[in-house]
Amino acid sequence: MPNAAEPLSPEPLVAEPLLQVRDLRTWFLTDSGPVRAVDGVSFDVRAGETLGVVGESGSGKSVCAKSIMRLLDEPARIVGGSILFKGRDLAHLDDEGIRSVRGREIAMVFQDPMTSLNPVLRIARQLVEAMTAHGRFTAAAARSRAIDLLRRMGVASADRTVDSFPHQFSGGMRQRVMLAMGFSNEPSLLIADEPTTALDVTIQAQILDLLRGLNRDLGTAVILISHDLGVIANICSRVLVMYAGEVVEEGAPEDLLTDPRHPYTWALLHAAPRIDAQAEDRRLITIEGQPPDPRAWPSGCRFRARCPFAIEKCAEHPELLPVEAGRAARCWVTQAGGALRTPERAQPRAAAPAAPAPAVPILEVSGLEKHFPLAKESYFARQRVLRAVDGVDLQVVAGETVGLVGESGCGKSTLARLVTRLYEPTGGKIVFAGTDITHASQSAIRPLRRRLQMIFQDPYASLNPRMTIGEILAGPLILHGITGDAAAARTRVDELLDLVGLPQQSVQRFPHEFSGGQRQRISIARALAVGPDFVVADEPISALDVNIQAQIINLMVDLQERLGLTYLFIAHDLAVVRHVCDRIAVLYLGKIMEVGPAAALFSRPLHPYTRTLISAAPVPDPRVERTRRHVPMKGEPPSALNPPSGCRFRTRCPIAEERCAREEPPLLEAAAGQRVACHFPGRLSYTDARDL
Amino acid sequence: MSDIALPAVASPRTRWLRRYGLASFGAAVILAWVIAAIFAPWLTRYDPNFVDVAMRLQPPSASNWLGTDALGRDVATRVIYGARVSLAVGMVVVLVGALFGTLLGAAAAYARGWAEEGLMRLTDLVFCFPPIILAMAIAAALGIGTVNTAIAMLVVWWPKFARLSRSLVISQRSMEYVEAAQSIGFGPAHILLRQIIPNAVGPLIVLVTLDLGNAILVFAGLSFLGLGTVPPTAEWGAMVGEGRELVQQWWVATFPGLAILTVVMGFNFMGDGFRDWLDPHAKRR
Repeated sequence: MPNAAEPLSPEPLVAEPLLQVRDLRTWFLTDSGPVRAVDGVSFDVRAGETLGVVGESGSGKSVCAKSIMRLLDEPARIVGGSILFKGRDLAHLDDEGIRSVRGREIAMVFQDPMTSLNPVLRIARQLVEAMTAHGRFTAAAARSRAIDLLRRMGVASADRTVDSFPHQFSGGMRQRVMLAMGFSNEPSLLIADEPTTALDVTIQAQILDLLRGLNRDLGTAVILISHDLGVIANICSRVLVMYAGEVVEEGAPEDLLTDPRHPYTWALLHAAPRIDAQAEDRRLITIEGQPPDPRAWPSGCRFRARCPFAIEKCAEHPELLPVEAGRAARCWVTQAGGALRTPERAQPRAAAPAAPAPAVPILEVSGLEKHFPLAKESYFARQRVLRAVDGVDLQVVAGETVGLVGESGCGKSTLARLVTRLYEPTGGKIVFAGTDITHASQSAIRPLRRRLQMIFQDPYASLNPRMTIGEILAGPLILHGITGDAAAARTRVDELLDLVGLPQQSVQRFPHEFSGGQRQRISIARALAVGPDFVVADEPISALDVNIQAQIINLMVDLQERLGLTYLFIAHDLAVVRHVCDRIAVLYLGKIMEVGPAAALFSRPLHPYTRTLISAAPVPDPRVERTRRHVPMKGEPPSALNPPSGCRFRTRCPIAEERCAREEPPLLEAAAGQRVACHFPGRLSYTDARDL
Repeated sequence: MSDIALPAVASPRTRWLRRYGLASFGAAVILAWVIAAIFAPWLTRYDPNFVDVAMRLQPPSASNWLGTDALGRDVATRVIYGARVSLAVGMVVVLVGALFGTLLGAAAAYARGWAEEGLMRLTDLVFCFPPIILAMAIAAALGIGTVNTAIAMLVVWWPKFARLSRSLVISQRSMEYVEAAQSIGFGPAHILLRQIIPNAVGPLIVLVTLDLGNAILVFAGLSFLGLGTVPPTAEWGAMVGEGRELVQQWWVATFPGLAILTVVMGFNFMGDGFRDWLDPHAKRR
């Protein structure tokens, strides 16, 4: 391909780029033909630059990174193109050559900090080996350097913890260790593949801060791969958007994220709810369909089938061409000067329904507790108890959506399973629709399950792989005797599929034939089969890509309007919760810290924890990001085995005083409908609220 | 893009043969034995138990393809009839043991608590003894006979299935689809039998197949030691036992031994094939 995808140089060339990727093609040579995961990617990374790569799963971003490191497993192979790095072509380097580059000149940090460290070796040994492997340090020098690096990465008392095993570290801490290992040989390029995806928002903010600082202080170039535009906007000086194995848009985040020139970037931006946006209609703008099959890319523009702006010319494959200084896009529409206008959002339903339904609580939870006894370390050891949920009061009124947010381990999933009585509470009371179900037997609850259903997080685990969709959906109907005979059940199953927007032919198929988003639709259909009025959704969208998330949110909002559902919506993504929910409860270590109307909670958070959570969530707009005031969150959440005395948040709270350790603050009404468990409600937020 | 050299893709036929060739060979061998066992009377003109002392210890010949034994019985006929006993005992022991062990292990794993603990200690108890010694002791106590030996083998056979099914159910139990079934209101019996066990059945099938050969071998071993079948019955292990001192008349022990070898190998090849087929990792290649 002559002069095909020559990347642009925004400024006159200062120096030779550090890394030049040209027309890279990495295919998976499977028995059923080549899967063209990366199919003609070109880009440059200059020394000291931070380049962000975004795209949904399957867009080829991770394979691209692995190609640079040559960490490809059979049957993946680089079948074309070149990767020039400091005068060497990494794509054609022999094994020994690439080994001297890996870790020494290019380092990589992976997504899952839980599996990327060897569990049987001490941290010190792993760091020392990483350094001595390239012969630049003696073992003794490497050890003192390891301690320095850990300290630089923000690991507390590094000289002691360096001798720990990985399992003694939390996820955030392990990611710091991985970064220390990555930087240990002073590489000139660090590739971070979704480094914060497995972490909580507050920890993510800490790691991103760290990464930004390292890039600034050490001058190491960074390629940051992420599906989250907010994360990219936060750090990167240039962004690549990948779709279907190609780069579809390239530019500075300020331009690209505010004025996208490729419809796919545009779609990504609009599909994700923003934490700083004013709540409008709950429906998000989504694009139809699925990414194309990588075995047979369409001949024209690969985004054409899903593109709301497609024109006739799109039947021809576009090249990545400059649209403006420093920007390029692979799109005929914007090449021709066309604009990507945001369509009018569907008008919110004419005001609210005239007579708001009387506030009937459908679910009332008081003093709810769930303690899990852990295995004793020895026979005489004290029984240790994990206080997953530790005194929660919550009311859900018919017809509303209540959000439950908090970091992992705060007890939100346990709470969901208590409310649906998959678990039996240790203490407290659950009243559902006037019936006390706290200790009701499973057979006593069975009739109530027609009204109380649950949607699960993982669409790959929540459907039985050995059952057809028909069997999965008909099961509940038959169990509860909802439909008389097989024919009636069949009709109802068709109705359900129709309701969630799946074709009726799906009945005969098995879950593995569907994508994640479609599976989540099936999961929703199953929950709705029995005609519930209360649905607990446990992180229903967190395993999905942004655009699919938006589709599922829209579906859930639609269903709520049509069927009058009440949702208890659990999520860790604040922007999503804010977008979907009427009221929000913030959970920390098994207790509610703050609960209130969504709008009020976000515009005027009264609890310091709420305030820090909101400030930690990244916004996909660098200009907004720069003006936002970040409240740094100290440290990591303490263990629920042994929660701090007094206020549980005090160990990480920026405004904690001596009183907080002595007295536990009760959950009291501090503003209309807004209840807070803090001795100093609003002290942190009033001064900072306007910054949001 | 014509300059991109792709490695030659193996034809589907070659690929299939590479993966399942040995397994289908094994299946063919087993099938042949099963057919031989069913149609034994039509495959030979001799009675397996017809004693003709005048014809004793004849080497393989046109009339007696595999020779005759010490009592003048046709070895080929007895090998064919022997397949009936060996295959039947092997299948009954493994299938009944698998069914019993699987259900018990699965129920214990789902119930947790003392039921699980108790069952696991019971399996430990059985595992404490070398299986063939324990089976010998039980068989000797019950009295010699095909049925009694099969019962003795069952006692030592079920625990491995209980262990495997327990671990499989434990790994499935925490899957969200089980919670989903609970939240719909399904009872434990439905969840265990209709939802969990179908997902755990793959590794169990592999173990059953691999184990069939093993069971046949153990039964032949017991018969060899005189604990299996009652004498005139044609049985491979017993036939090897009868021929073990006849070094000159090699055919008496060799051919039933070969029969055992082929059956055990056949089941092993088949089991490996099932494992490849059920392994999601191997599938992608």
